[in-house]
Amino acid sequence: MTTRITSRRAAVRAASPPARRRSRGGATSGAALYRQWWTPLLWTAPAIAVIVGFGIFPFVNTVVLSFTDARPLGGGGSWVGWENYARLLTDSAFWLATRNSIFYAVVAVPLLVVLPLVLAQLVVTRIPGIGFFRTGFYAPVVASMVAVALVWQSLLSERGPVNSALQQFGLISSPIPFLSDTTLLLLSAIALTVWKGLGWYMIFYLAALANVPKELYEAAELDGAGPVRQFLHITVPGVRLTMLLIAIMSGIGSLRVFTEIYVLGGATGGLGGQARTLPFYIRDTALDPIAGNAGYGAAVSVALFLLTVGLAVLSHRLGSEKEEP
Amino acid sequence: MSIVERSPRRTVGRSPRRTRALIVRYAILTGILAISIGPLLWQLSSSLKGQGEALFGTEATFLPQDPSFAAYATVFEQVPMALYIRNSLIMCLLTVASQVVFPTLAGYMLSRRQWRGRTVFYWLLIVSMMFPFESIMVSLYMQIRDLGLVNSFVGVWLPGAIAAVNVLIMRATFAAVPDEVEEAAMLDGAGEWRRFVRIYLPAARGSLVVVVINSFIAAWDDFLWPFIVLRSEELYTLSLGLARLSASSLSFDPRVLMAGSVIAIVPIMVLFIALQKHFFKGVESGAIK
Repeated sequence: MTTRITSRRAAVRAASPPARRRSRGGATSGAALYRQWWTPLLWTAPAIAVIVGFGIFPFVNTVVLSFTDARPLGGGGSWVGWENYARLLTDSAFWLATRNSIFYAVVAVPLLVVLPLVLAQLVVTRIPGIGFFRTGFYAPVVASMVAVALVWQSLLSERGPVNSALQQFGLISSPIPFLSDTTLLLLSAIALTVWKGLGWYMIFYLAALANVPKELYEAAELDGAGPVRQFLHITVPGVRLTMLLIAIMSGIGSLRVFTEIYVLGGATGGLGGQARTLPFYIRDTALDPIAGNAGYGAAVSVALFLLTVGLAVLSHRLGSEKEEP
Repeated sequence: MSIVERSPRRTVGRSPRRTRALIVRYAILTGILAISIGPLLWQLSSSLKGQGEALFGTEATFLPQDPSFAAYATVFEQVPMALYIRNSLIMCLLTVASQVVFPTLAGYMLSRRQWRGRTVFYWLLIVSMMFPFESIMVSLYMQIRDLGLVNSFVGVWLPGAIAAVNVLIMRATFAAVPDEVEEAAMLDGAGEWRRFVRIYLPAARGSLVVVVINSFIAAWDDFLWPFIVLRSEELYTLSLGLARLSASSLSFDPRVLMAGSVIAIVPIMVLFIALQKHFFKGVESGAIK
């Protein structure tokens, strides 16, 4: 029996030496090559250390911290059980921040799913000068957020160009308080997020549009379908998966907003902090050197994480539901 | 290597209907372009206007009538702009270096080699991407504090030194290299390190450009985390310096504020425009997926 196996092995070896060599050198059995088992670990150690130490451990640590009264400068840190979570339930500033973050996502996500697609459809065909337009649409993505937020702050100020233009055309009699009214401030920040995100998501759609068969458009054109109908009946179904991906990405992005509100609304986050988002609130409660309570901030962080997961699941549900008919 | 554009025949036809459609398309494109770069042009124009010129209101013109660099001089005089720029560049160089070197090594090992722990590593990457930075920043701050890195560049750099997404990008890039290319090099007796440098790195050029641009922009743009970690003004990056400028009394003159923000945008625009050809190519070849 032993001899038979050996001989079969020998036969295999004799029959296909190149195949054997390929499997040795290929991706599947490279381990055999290593005289030192630690070589792969050496190559990957820095990445593993940072990913685990600053990507995964912090989440576990946040959950642990949320059951303590830790202080940002040290001290505290004793176990308080569910106290922080009980406090969340009655903290009106927390609920306001949660509402603001959800409002942000609800308004921004549809805009960021639809507008970049329209934009991509407009620049997908290579007509003369299209590179110029593509680069122009991408420019806000590259610009620094603080810098462009300062520009928008000037544009939308009481005496700024937007208000003075509207007044000049007689559309309004007194300036619109874009930056001092809480709702308008949130909407202005959303407009800034959308403006800066358009080009970024356009790139994803450009890649997706390349995979929509162009015969479909030709057939539709022969049937006399106009650009709007082509868009709705060919483009949209063709890039549905990308739309879902962008809904999730932009939703998570909306829940992460801090800088827009910080710059447009002044360091306080709107009048009396009324326009603060959850990350803003986390920073204010947890990391203030004197009054900060990292334990409570960690509880808010866990809430933010759960909200993120909820939003991703919801987008996924809505996305796959549409697929049914 | 998909080609993004569709056949040009569709729109560049001869019939009047097509010509009209083309004109409409250009009109729409120009309108959107005005929205996307209008604010940036307004910013540039305002920063170049002299003190006597109106920025707002009916008498304001779009182009500066009497261009001057006075606002730029003021910004550099009143605020340590050069220091902020230097600090931002240090942060960018640190980040770009670590984002290029380590994800490349890790991505290679993930895609080309079989080793114990490979699958575990892959899943660690995926799991780590589930947690938004803002939901773990409290813990990150405590960790940086315990390491004694508060108010230091290393403290800003370390948590974001290696992004999981870049490891995955490099993994996908190396996985696409045909086996035959490496076999040929092996037959030539090239060792592992040599094959990595001679074969795999050149094959990954497109993805590396995407990684460089994205991590440079991210480090240059970053606000919340350096804002939390950095305390002393000598360490402030440009984003922090700008936010500080806008809160100071100098912000009463928008020309100065706009000059400051132009300075924050120009270097990154230059970098992007210089590399954009490779960038869009890299994106199209799937580095982003």
